[in-house]
Amino acid sequence: MMAVVVGQDKMTLNRVHAGSSVKVEYLETSPLKERLMSMGLVPGTIIKVLRSAPLGDPMAISVRSYNLALRLNDAEKIVVSPTA
Amino acid sequence: MSTLSVALTGNPNTGKSTIFNELTGARQKIGNWPGVTVDKKMGYVSHDNRAISIVDLPGTYSINARSPEEQIVIDYLLNEGPDIVVDVVDSSNIERNLFLTLQLLEHRIPVLIDLNMMDEAAAHGLKISSKKLSEALGMPVVETVGRSNKSTRKLLDIFTSTVMNNYKNSELIENHIKTVEAVRTGDLNDELKEEKIISLRYELIDKISADVLVRNDPKKNFSEHLDRILANGFLALPLLLVILYLVFSISFTWVGKPLQDALGDFISDTLSPWVAGGLESLQVAPWLDSLISDGIINGMGSVIAFVPLIFTLFFCLSFLDGTGYMARIAFVMDPIMRRAGLTGKGIMPLVMGFGCGVPAIMGARALDSEKDRLISILITPFLTCSAKLPIMALFAAMFFPDNAVNVVFSMYIAGLVMAIVMAKVLSFTTFKNERSSFFLELPPYRMPDMKTVLLETWDKGKGYLIKAGTIIFSMSILIWFLSNYNLSGPTEDMDQSLLASVGSAMSALFTLHGFSSWESGAAIVTGILAKESVVSTMGIIYGVSGVSTEASDAAETASQLIGSMGGAFTALSALSFMIFSQLYTPCVTALGTIKKETGKWKWVAFAALYTFAAAWIVSLLVYQGGKLLGFD
Repeated sequence: MMAVVVGQDKMTLNRVHAGSSVKVEYLETSPLKERLMSMGLVPGTIIKVLRSAPLGDPMAISVRSYNLALRLNDAEKIVVSPTA
Repeated sequence: MSTLSVALTGNPNTGKSTIFNELTGARQKIGNWPGVTVDKKMGYVSHDNRAISIVDLPGTYSINARSPEEQIVIDYLLNEGPDIVVDVVDSSNIERNLFLTLQLLEHRIPVLIDLNMMDEAAAHGLKISSKKLSEALGMPVVETVGRSNKSTRKLLDIFTSTVMNNYKNSELIENHIKTVEAVRTGDLNDELKEEKIISLRYELIDKISADVLVRNDPKKNFSEHLDRILANGFLALPLLLVILYLVFSISFTWVGKPLQDALGDFISDTLSPWVAGGLESLQVAPWLDSLISDGIINGMGSVIAFVPLIFTLFFCLSFLDGTGYMARIAFVMDPIMRRAGLTGKGIMPLVMGFGCGVPAIMGARALDSEKDRLISILITPFLTCSAKLPIMALFAAMFFPDNAVNVVFSMYIAGLVMAIVMAKVLSFTTFKNERSSFFLELPPYRMPDMKTVLLETWDKGKGYLIKAGTIIFSMSILIWFLSNYNLSGPTEDMDQSLLASVGSAMSALFTLHGFSSWESGAAIVTGILAKESVVSTMGIIYGVSGVSTEASDAAETASQLIGSMGGAFTALSALSFMIFSQLYTPCVTALGTIKKETGKWKWVAFAALYTFAAAWIVSLLVYQGGKLLGFD
């Protein structure tokens, strides 16, 4: 089920399927925002979604030549767009 | 010439500690940074007739002073002003690593860039021009491959040369600093300023890497392939259990336990008779003979015997940590741990708690938030550490001979359930306003550097050895004294001893629990000093010499004790006593560790009292509930 949001076209990282690559558009305000940005998740960065943990959460992504695990509710704060 | 001071800094998982260990070998001193429980590692080496001191700063992704580690790094670099700062960079991942480098350069801290793991970068299809990187930053760049003598010598040569005397930020960096300054003094709010600056840094990094980095197709991504099995799909959880089971089998069955038994046998069969013979030939006073043989050797022996087991466990865990698999355990377990109010990273301290609470409490420092650390520390005492196992094994063998294994297993489960329930309770009450987070780099799988694994094992094990040794030593003397003396002097009758007085004071609390004898009260008191002594106190009191604290000998010990002790407990009151022992106040070594880790007596008192209260209530429920159901 899709969450009811204004603007259904806003894609967030938590909804990206494993194996897909996306581009970071911007990060919504959250306590982790600055830390995520310091780790290289700045607008324009390409992210590849690797997999979910066996129980669906957290997710593993590849960003800037390294792998990072984060929870879906933190990934929800990362707005992304499809790569060309 | 004065000692040359070198500081190593860099991201986590860059092989920085391996380089430190290669440079300094065993010439290390591990202390604490003032006020925090972060290890301060100093090492010493001499090269070209120059004495060099090297400090291994904590690995951090940035220096924004958000964590104690980041605060330490920036304080040290700005206040201590080491002669040379080495920035260890993982070559296979220079983009994120250069973020820290830029922050250092913005502070005008000149750095020697150490492109480490060049071999791994090559395997990833990455080619880096260190010459171009050096030009881009204006700083010297050296290439290393971690554990190699050549790399070590190369670094030492640079330390003692004059290379570091003529460095200067490049124009590119100077312009970047100006732009950053402009943002800082601009009129954005603080949060936006910081975000703008982070973006500026990555813009520059993208520019630099486009210039210095050539990407080819990677040969084969070994880590990716392994993660498809170990961190994905249905197999991940069973495999995790198998790996943890292996660690425990190695520690508790295959390697640690045989060593423990051999050492125990040596103490009881060789050392004790030898000392006894020596004391006899010296004709020492009987009280001194008794103090040394019954008190110190028996008391210390039971603890020393645990050392091989503890070291083996630490070795396995350090090894696993070095491979990068620990991060996968956290990744796989996070959803399960979160339901209990914890995070994925909390799984390792808990697993260690089944061995010994002390490293488990220390292990909690790897967790991200204060909330996670405190909850983990406070629930660890409920778990069945290896010193509690003999209590369970002995009572089960005595009072539940037909169901001994099931009863012992149910005690493990009871401890675990209690830990989870309390984690949940604590996360909803005491810490409800603090958030928990989970955010973890999954480093590539690597073959651990053996020198690093061994040094880590020694560091952690040494702490246990010293602490347990000093406390158990004084405790053994104390118990011996209490059981042989009362206020008017030595006593032959233990019922008249100080231990009996202390025990009966304690036992007053347990009139409704089915075990209100002074003997069990005394065992409970000595159990706070060390859990091993619950069984040995019972042994001394009930007059059985050589009560074994080893679980495997429980049946034998039980048959010796049943005659004298059988009357003191019923099956139900024994069960009640077991569950109380399982849950109550951790030993003083654990409490001391809680003080060291949390820095506050408040948490020590809380940990001591709430576990006692929880144990008191649960064992009361077991006894009274059992009576209502018609058991006795």
